[in-house]
Amino acid sequence: MTHLEKLESQSVYILREAYSHFKNLAMLWSIGKDSTVLLWLARKAFFGHVPFPLVHIDTSFKIPEMIQFRDKLALEWNLNMVYGSNTQALQEKRTFPAGALTRLECCKTLKTDALVNTLSGKWPRYRLDHQTGAYVLDENKEPYTGVIVGVRADEEGSRSKERYFSPRDKQSDWAVGDQPPEFWNQFKTDFAPGTHIRIHPLLDWTELDIWEYIAAENIPVIPLYFDQGKGERYRSLGCYPCTFPVKSTAQNVQEIIEELKTGKFKDIAERSGRAQDKEDSGGLETLRRSGYM
Amino acid sequence: MTLSKLPKMNIVVVGHVDHGKSTLIGRLLADTHSLPQGKLEQVKAECRRHAKPFEYAFLLDALKDEQAQGITIDTARCFFKSKKRQYIIIDAPGHIEFLKNMISGAARAEAALLVIDAGEGIQENSRRHGYLLSMLGIRQVAICVNKMDLVEYRQEAFDKIEKEYRKFLKEIELTPKVFLPIAAREGENIINRPARMKWFQGPSLLEILDSFEKAPSPQDKPFRMPVQGIYKFTESGDTRRIFAGRVESGAVSVGDKVIFLPSNKRSTLKSIEGFNAPARKKISAGYSAGVTLTEQIYINRGDILCKEGEPLPHVSSLMKVKVFWLGKKPMAMGKEYKLKSGTSAVPVRLKEIKRVLDASALTKLNKKIVERNDVAEVVLESSRPVAFDLSSELETTSRFVIVDEYDISGGGIIAEVVKDEQSPVREQISIRDQMWDFSVIDPEQRALRYGHQSKLILLTGSVGMDKKTIAKELEKILFETGIKTYFLPMGNLLRGLDAHVESHRASRREHIHHLGEIAHLFLDAGIIVVATASNLTDEELRELQEVTERDSIVIANVGKNNFHGPIVALDLSEKENPVKNARKIVGFLKEKKVLL
Ligand SMILES: Nc1nc2c(ncn2[C@@H]2O[C@H](COP(=O)(O)OP(=O)(O)O)[C@@H](O)[C@H]2O)c(=O)[nH]1
Ligand SMILES: [Mg+2]
Repeated sequence: MTHLEKLESQSVYILREAYSHFKNLAMLWSIGKDSTVLLWLARKAFFGHVPFPLVHIDTSFKIPEMIQFRDKLALEWNLNMVYGSNTQALQEKRTFPAGALTRLECCKTLKTDALVNTLSGKWPRYRLDHQTGAYVLDENKEPYTGVIVGVRADEEGSRSKERYFSPRDKQSDWAVGDQPPEFWNQFKTDFAPGTHIRIHPLLDWTELDIWEYIAAENIPVIPLYFDQGKGERYRSLGCYPCTFPVKSTAQNVQEIIEELKTGKFKDIAERSGRAQDKEDSGGLETLRRSGYM
Repeated sequence: MTLSKLPKMNIVVVGHVDHGKSTLIGRLLADTHSLPQGKLEQVKAECRRHAKPFEYAFLLDALKDEQAQGITIDTARCFFKSKKRQYIIIDAPGHIEFLKNMISGAARAEAALLVIDAGEGIQENSRRHGYLLSMLGIRQVAICVNKMDLVEYRQEAFDKIEKEYRKFLKEIELTPKVFLPIAAREGENIINRPARMKWFQGPSLLEILDSFEKAPSPQDKPFRMPVQGIYKFTESGDTRRIFAGRVESGAVSVGDKVIFLPSNKRSTLKSIEGFNAPARKKISAGYSAGVTLTEQIYINRGDILCKEGEPLPHVSSLMKVKVFWLGKKPMAMGKEYKLKSGTSAVPVRLKEIKRVLDASALTKLNKKIVERNDVAEVVLESSRPVAFDLSSELETTSRFVIVDEYDISGGGIIAEVVKDEQSPVREQISIRDQMWDFSVIDPEQRALRYGHQSKLILLTGSVGMDKKTIAKELEKILFETGIKTYFLPMGNLLRGLDAHVESHRASRREHIHHLGEIAHLFLDAGIIVVATASNLTDEELRELQEVTERDSIVIANVGKNNFHGPIVALDLSEKENPVKNARKIVGFLKEKKVLL
């Protein structure tokens, strides 16, 4: 087996375990390359089908191409697409771009809070109607008890400590210091009422693995990752006020792989284009403890 | 982070707390220039700002609490590479408090470095971790005697520790690859041969890492694929019925005769399914796969798909195992736990404690419970038979974990099969099914034609409870709705097939067996059999389940329920009108989709 085959096999195994154990299972899809690979792996695991909803948290500050890309694939691949957002904060302009919050506070409001309340079903969810192509209010308000997330251990410190199946309490809090044991591919699949489990099938993948797999499988990714002739591209995607392109002339997947292996990015962290990580050392850990992906 | 197409290997670093595990890894990362640009300077600057001395461990201990307390709480994974391959180094915490984290990290590894502080010498967790490595099946271990600077780099100090620890490893049957003296903080013998220990001929730590070998793939072992799920996405227009799972060992090809255990069902491999992948005729160890079969048999998640003609797993409800216990509450006799092995999950009890070991000292403890961090040899009894291999035969399928309420609280390996009461029957049935000449009409076809599955509805309860009237009413209702059904009271069997048997009381077991065999024929013919038998015990029911098939029996109990296990599907009151009771059973059959 090649290393990509091994990674794929393990991720597929985890996805199938999740599917067997959680009645209310959902997968978070940020439209970025990692969660798109995750989605692809779900299609691998279930032979072309995706038997659970995909949840997207819309901050309204996402780069517009991302939303177009999301809906195009959702229709093409027959996905049960659901989104949620913090409409109240947006209406009241309680955001960083409106000058009311710091970057980190804004992340917490538009992403973490929206995520936690969308997952629990407290705030409305909108579901893609495949007949009309429009979003309608989702009748299903049941909390998702299993949430599949595309985090990778190599992204930053706190993620390197994650389990494949990671329990979250009622407030979505992550008890980092007291994680359950996990070995021999036996995962934590029993959980108390009111709590839920985050499932991380991509934990063992690196940024380079992701790109190599995208190339090998010919997975569609958003063109924002490629240089469109301006000498810059996005390496990591988020909201436009806080995500900046990096200088790069990589125009396709192969060129990105080359750049990661030998070029100037080989020693530079992937999230270096994400401003919120820099406000407080351990900032991302703080966010993640309270539910951020 | 750059990782090229070099092979990958997982290495875990274990040992007692403060013996220098995190430092060793931090040093490896720094000296091989594997840290992200600027990381070393950034951490050093931060230390200066907070006026605390720089530690290489800070490069790994990423959690705030970890830096504040200066210890590793949970395993971290670090990536680094040598000329030969890429490593994923797992930093395991050494503190006893975090043993569950150490195991989580170590179980992933293909090789281990065990660190011992030269100054402090062998400590409790130096031993406990050594023992757990051997239980986790990690065979390649290098012992690093660290902080050699504290003993002025003297060879005698090193030799003394080596001698003592070798003796311990011998007891637990673990052969170390090498002992090597290092000083992680000083960078001695990490990537280069030591400058201050000329008496040591090498190798360096990096050379040792590169000399570890990849474990051979268990491809040449018997085929095992624990079933994760049976998928049919009919609503999306897909009619395939796919048995999904990962091949844990061996290989299987289209056309091979296969058997599911413990349910003992057989079929032939029709196809290997995939998505966006070239068509395959064969799958082998490591692949997450999906297969279809020529016959449409009913099986559940948890069975192991095996290949006929190869050594098969054992099937029993009793097994002798080695366990390590991590639960906050001790493992106690009589309490019900969940045993998860492969993809199966069954209720299990601790039947007997053979011995409890203090893993840190390897002394035998005289205890009646297995407490947190203990290692023990025990006998487990599951409420249903389980299919498994022994750790000496096939590692993956010999492993299990034990769940207490919501938490994985222990783990272990199965060392021996203990024959349970049903073992002789099971063997007979296995031969019967192997030699059986099957009809060309498969059960699903029959079920489709008849509009229902076949089932054995078994009415039981004490003598005097009127089971027969209910049974006859049930037969009537079913018959009138066009269902193929037949009333079979135990008494008819005694007067017919078993009329020659002299003492009915002494031969009760034989009668039960015969009831099972007759029901098996009816079930095979697609019929719903309505049988009655008084005073059925748990053990007798287990026998019936072996002779027919586990899921083909529905137990309806009239009056007081005398079973010990949770095996009654329907509790009926003897005071209720028999027709109402019969209707209740029909309702159950509809709900369970026995009637299609
Ligand atoms: N003198 C000396 N101290 C060391 C050496 N390696 C590590 N240490 C110190 O031992 C302490 C514990 O190290 P750490 O790596 O956190 O231990 P861990 O608990 O096993 O991960 C730290 O203060 C290190 O600086 C060494 O080679 N020599
Ligand atoms: Mg440490």
